[in-house]
Amino acid sequence: MKIDAAARYRSSHEWARKEGSLIVTGISDHAQESLGDIVFVEFPEVGKTLKQGETFGVIESVKAASDLYMPMGGKIAAVNEALGGDPSAVNKDCYGAGWLIKFEPTNPSEWDGLLSAGDYEKEAAAH
Amino acid sequence: MSLRLPGFDARIALSAASPRRPSRSKEDTLKSTALHDWHAARGAKMAPFAGYEMPITYPTGAVEEHLITRRSVGLFDIDHMGQIEVSGPGADDFVSRMVSARVLDMKDGDARYSLLLAEDGGVTDDLFIYRLPGRWWIVVNASNRETDYAWFRKNAPAGVKVEDLSDDTYMIAVQGPRAIELLGAAADFDVPGMTRFTSAKGSLLGVPCLVGRTGYTGEDGAELFFPARDAVKLWDGLLALAAKKGIEAAPIGLAARDSLRFEAGMPLHGHEISPSINPVEAGFKWACDLEKDFVGKKAVTDLAEKGPARKLVGLDVTGGVPREGYEVQATDGRTVGLCAAGMFCPTVKKYAANAFVPPELSKVGTPLKVVIHGKPKDAVVVKRPLYVPAYRR
Repeated sequence: MKIDAAARYRSSHEWARKEGSLIVTGISDHAQESLGDIVFVEFPEVGKTLKQGETFGVIESVKAASDLYMPMGGKIAAVNEALGGDPSAVNKDCYGAGWLIKFEPTNPSEWDGLLSAGDYEKEAAAH
Repeated sequence: MSLRLPGFDARIALSAASPRRPSRSKEDTLKSTALHDWHAARGAKMAPFAGYEMPITYPTGAVEEHLITRRSVGLFDIDHMGQIEVSGPGADDFVSRMVSARVLDMKDGDARYSLLLAEDGGVTDDLFIYRLPGRWWIVVNASNRETDYAWFRKNAPAGVKVEDLSDDTYMIAVQGPRAIELLGAAADFDVPGMTRFTSAKGSLLGVPCLVGRTGYTGEDGAELFFPARDAVKLWDGLLALAAKKGIEAAPIGLAARDSLRFEAGMPLHGHEISPSINPVEAGFKWACDLEKDFVGKKAVTDLAEKGPARKLVGLDVTGGVPREGYEVQATDGRTVGLCAAGMFCPTVKKYAANAFVPPELSKVGTPLKVVIHGKPKDAVVVKRPLYVPAYRR
């Protein structure tokens, strides 16, 4: 499985990466590989404030719908509109072009509670 | 997100049939096909379907597998399908009475689609029936194999022999615009000369086969029946021959098999047809020959006269992926029906559902809503099938 060493992770397979004052989030390589072809992503409204662990959207693969969870609380600043036309970018480049949302963190210290790349890799490999 | 993915179809998988080999516990009652290790070695994701552990997708991915079948050739391991043979004096009249379609006009070698109905008109199963010299060869859904077999046995008059030959018979499908070219190169007889819905016997790469010019994808192609011991030989042989001839060919999992059949408007038992769905509401009156006597005829005749209470329609949905069991609403928010199946359709690039709705809301162009993750999304009734099968164009 590919890991983005600059990102931190939730056990539920979302990654978070700092981008200036914002946090960018997507799903891990392990997650996209397990789900198979992604065919749709349901995004939150820009401007909406969500708590850590709250559902921010749904990712749909050929056979299943999975909820997506906020790695940290925050106000949605942007969603990856490009995925509306071609969600396969989540499969091809989950840490890059396949990003899902950007948000302004409510409490930046929540970052410290996320899993490091190494810890997530160990956890995901065990499943 | 949760990665506890459901089985391919947990509801159908629960009806796991009895194991081919004796087993020690409930967990081991899953059967596997002769190609199981072949699929696993190529990284296929496997899941239970109708009591078998079957390939759902290969590393190619379900969407690309679908598209390969539409543009060239897909090979499908469908050994889970059942085969029942009926023979003996009186077999013709017996088969004619048991199934909904007209069969007595079929010539040796002909293949025809039919329904198997209960007396109340509910659909027990859908079948492909082949008339062969001196016998009827009936291909049934894996999940209904035991029910169908018991039903045929129970109703068979003295002298009519009903046999379940599923365990001895392997079945693969070869489908796509170049499938017949590939099979023609593999066969010692004229496969391209066969017409649609006929069958012929012959040898393919040295394996004795019954070849039906039939399928479940909306593409031209064939379904092959042959001894189970030859499965790997024929499967590998066809892929190698395709490579040699420069014909793009790939193994295709059950996920793409489902999206191919869905796009082409073919029903999947347990979804568009089931024991609680009748042929009139599902749009399968054409598969019922009302000029002959058959089990379920009275119910079908009555329903046709009265008119169905609901009708199967295709829905084009915007803003989400509709799936089985999702609620359908009228534009005023009233619940008017349920989705029988739904998915992303790779060829037509639509999110679509098949749903049962009241007849007055079944006209093409009718605006409706499908509730996806708690939110009503725009839907419109569209003409089925979304993808017109190649042999009907």
